[in-house]
Amino acid sequence: MASLDLVNVQKSFGAVKILHDISIGLQDGEFLVLVGPSGCGKSTLMNIIAGLEEPTGGLLRLEGRDITRVAPAERNISMVFQSYALYPNMTVAKNIEFPLEMHKVEKGAREERVRSVSKLLQIEHLLERKPRQLSGGQRQRVAIGRALAREPKLYLFDEPLSNLDAQLRVDMRTEIKKLHQRLKATIVYVTHDQIEAMTLATRIAVMKSGVLQQLGTPYEVYNRPANTFVAGFMGSPRMNLVKAQLTPEDGGHALVFQEGNGPKVKIDLPREAVTAELARYSGQDVIAGIRAEAVTLARPGMVAGPLQRFVEAEVEVIEPTGADTLVVIDLGGHEFTVRLEPDVSLAPKQKARFLVDLGKLVCFDPKTEALIA
Amino acid sequence: MKAGWLPKLMISPSVLLVLICVYGYIMFTIYLSFTTSTMMPSYGFAGPASYERLLSLENWQVSVGNLGIFAILYIGVAGLLGLAFAILIDQKIRSETVFRSIFLYPMALSLIVTGTAWKWLLDPGVGLEHTMQNLGWESFSFDWIKDNDMAIYCVVIAAVWQTTGFVMAMFLAGLRGVDSEQINAARVDGAKTWQIYLRVIVPQLGPVFVSAFVILAHMAIKSYDLVIALTNGGPGRSTWLPSVFMYQYTFTRNEMAVGAASSVLMLFAIGVLVLPYLLSEMRRVKNG
Amino acid sequence: MANAQATSHALAHTHGASGPATTFGIGRIVLYAVLIVLALLFLMPVYVMIVNSLKPLDEIRSGNLLALPQAWTIEPWLTAWSTAQIGVQPTGLKPYFTNSFLMVVPAVAISTLIGSLNGYILTQFKFRGAHLLFGAMLFSVFMPFQIVLIPMAKTLGLLGLAGTVKGLILVHVVYGIGFSTLFFRNYYAAFPNELIRSARMDGASFFGVLGRILLPNSAPIIVVTVIWQFTNIWNDFLFGASFSDFSSFPLTVALNNLVNSSTGVKEYNVHFAGAFIAALPTLIVYLVSGKFFVRGLMAGSVKG
Repeated sequence: MASLDLVNVQKSFGAVKILHDISIGLQDGEFLVLVGPSGCGKSTLMNIIAGLEEPTGGLLRLEGRDITRVAPAERNISMVFQSYALYPNMTVAKNIEFPLEMHKVEKGAREERVRSVSKLLQIEHLLERKPRQLSGGQRQRVAIGRALAREPKLYLFDEPLSNLDAQLRVDMRTEIKKLHQRLKATIVYVTHDQIEAMTLATRIAVMKSGVLQQLGTPYEVYNRPANTFVAGFMGSPRMNLVKAQLTPEDGGHALVFQEGNGPKVKIDLPREAVTAELARYSGQDVIAGIRAEAVTLARPGMVAGPLQRFVEAEVEVIEPTGADTLVVIDLGGHEFTVRLEPDVSLAPKQKARFLVDLGKLVCFDPKTEALIA
Repeated sequence: MKAGWLPKLMISPSVLLVLICVYGYIMFTIYLSFTTSTMMPSYGFAGPASYERLLSLENWQVSVGNLGIFAILYIGVAGLLGLAFAILIDQKIRSETVFRSIFLYPMALSLIVTGTAWKWLLDPGVGLEHTMQNLGWESFSFDWIKDNDMAIYCVVIAAVWQTTGFVMAMFLAGLRGVDSEQINAARVDGAKTWQIYLRVIVPQLGPVFVSAFVILAHMAIKSYDLVIALTNGGPGRSTWLPSVFMYQYTFTRNEMAVGAASSVLMLFAIGVLVLPYLLSEMRRVKNG
Repeated sequence: MANAQATSHALAHTHGASGPATTFGIGRIVLYAVLIVLALLFLMPVYVMIVNSLKPLDEIRSGNLLALPQAWTIEPWLTAWSTAQIGVQPTGLKPYFTNSFLMVVPAVAISTLIGSLNGYILTQFKFRGAHLLFGAMLFSVFMPFQIVLIPMAKTLGLLGLAGTVKGLILVHVVYGIGFSTLFFRNYYAAFPNELIRSARMDGASFFGVLGRILLPNSAPIIVVTVIWQFTNIWNDFLFGASFSDFSSFPLTVALNNLVNSSTGVKEYNVHFAGAFIAALPTLIVYLVSGKFFVRGLMAGSVKG
């Protein structure tokens, strides 16, 4: 059905290379999110998929058909733009109708389609208004309506939620997810917001400086990040990435956190947490990655599971968020953020006992920053 | 910051100058138009006599008629050509600045220079007709500039040449002010280039059309230099415009009151055109 | 929109309606052909002027206007400059070129200065009638100048300035204030207020703010104003014809005299040379100033 293949796509503007060798294969019905910081090239890649720009190298295939040099109008795609790009001199109805008109759909069918799309998006009452009379959220729906009009094989969304205020953004996010489930459409979606990526995607492509860092499901990207960039980019608060020494200990290994000649904190690792690959770093430094939610406050009477260990640490800063409490603790001179229940009572400079789930530990090579498998 | 005495003092010379030399003089001229002035201003009140005389003069009727033809053609042709040039230049032309400079340079010239150049270019004895015949096309004739009925069209040609670049610059700025994401959206929606211009871009240029119209119209009403240099009002009076009429009757034919009346009517015409435009611009400025 | 994203969006969106600049299709060839033909048509008058100003008279009469000179001569230029008959005097255009120059320089300088002062006051100080004043000045830009000819002539006579270059300077300053105020006012309205406020907090006076903060940062608008005023005043004809006499004609009036009142033999080549001499200063300013010229045109027209 509607599969999209990007094969070794490259893009340069003169001497500046924007995209390096991007290859992504997308199945029909997938929701692919391109995510990354500003300047990572995701918008450029989106424009190449849309046909608004030509790649300098590589090819694109939609359902097996080579569309690398095909004009946007003939690719059977539609696009929702960040600024919505509604035609200001046309009514909402005419805006939605426009792509159908351009593809020579006859009048009766056009009107029928406008009606059904506007019903789906609940904008029927807005059909005779002009864009300037609409609120941000309404304009967004119209933009989506215009994209839905032609029932294309591929939908492109270019940061559609960035211009909305926070609450509306969350509501629209759910709407888009519902739309995807209902239409079973193939979608490519660009955002710089990793929460949007996590909640909407079936697969996420994390990009940085024009290079694809990782392509995987939200679970994979979150729990098995391919490198420290992905680890730090996905998830909020960011994953704790701390340099530690993997020391051999009692037939097993331990992680030693120490800053210079300061206090040392040692966590010994359950055998299951140390893969063969990781064991090769014995005696060397690694970058240890543990998410804030992998740590809980040790209550009296708590027993550590096979993959859990206790750790003593000093509390530095306490940040209650309402839903939980983020606490920054000192681990051998390194700062570590942990996510605790909302009603803990801790004070700065207090020493406390924590329980760390090492099943969620990921380690990275300190030189290449890549995941140690 | 609220104005103390110093700012008010510093702006008062300009205030005075504008009050006297613009509005005061306008009042004076309006007054004159109701007097019996001939060669020099005299202050005997004559009621609307000058206006009656003005409207009955064939010279005036010819002038106004000519202005009508001139203005409609000038505004229409310069407006459409300006838009066309702007769309052509908007197509991402290499050496775009060169082309723009070429279309715009006539605006830097005095209308006397323009008139002089075109005067001989269109002259049958030495210009286009002579050149064509010289090149072998024996029966070619182009003596519009000597023809009572056609001379006014020569003024149109020269005026359009002068100003098209300016209109082009205005439309070009307008074209480029259209949000490029809308253009991208139209491309994805399947619109061809001409459809994008027609359905998306040009409809948004309303304000530019209005500005261009107001400016071209007021330039048409004020046109004097060009006519004088190109045809000197001739042949005969076939290229007289109200501005020429005013000068003739005031300074040459010693009918100052009639001349004053004609300039009042010119002012009125411009006022009707420009005031609504100015007021809406001012209101926009006021509202930030 | 985050700035970096805006940049990357802009990079992607620099394409106009025709999409990425395509390689040579038949459409592009036609496009360039049309543009080149139009450009040639537009250049034709100037080409004709130059080419024919370098021909002897009989060559113009026997040949055609588009041909290059067979017998190059700069006689017409010399004649136009120093010996051509202007009115009753065979002085050529030189004295009138000087008149124009003597008239334009002070008029531009003074009207620009006053414009900057007015623009400053109108944007930085609130007083009753400020908007009305601005509107009144704006209208003076559009009005037909014919309406002030008679009273201005009378006034100049009363002041003893009739028929003098000084009189012309006064006239051009008075009617140039509208434009220059418009330009400066719009420029200062967009000036970052924080700079001015902090200067005031540091104790800068009325002239201090103008002289130390605004003017030093006004280079673009000063250039635009000077170019606009120079072009308009140098090219003016109506005021020149109405308020000057034989000794004080500006160049445009002299040129018109040369061309229109020559009886007998029409020396086309001299006329063309003269026209070109008159056009040179503003053409040079135009070519050198490029985008500033355009900015002046736009500022004076589109927005209030």
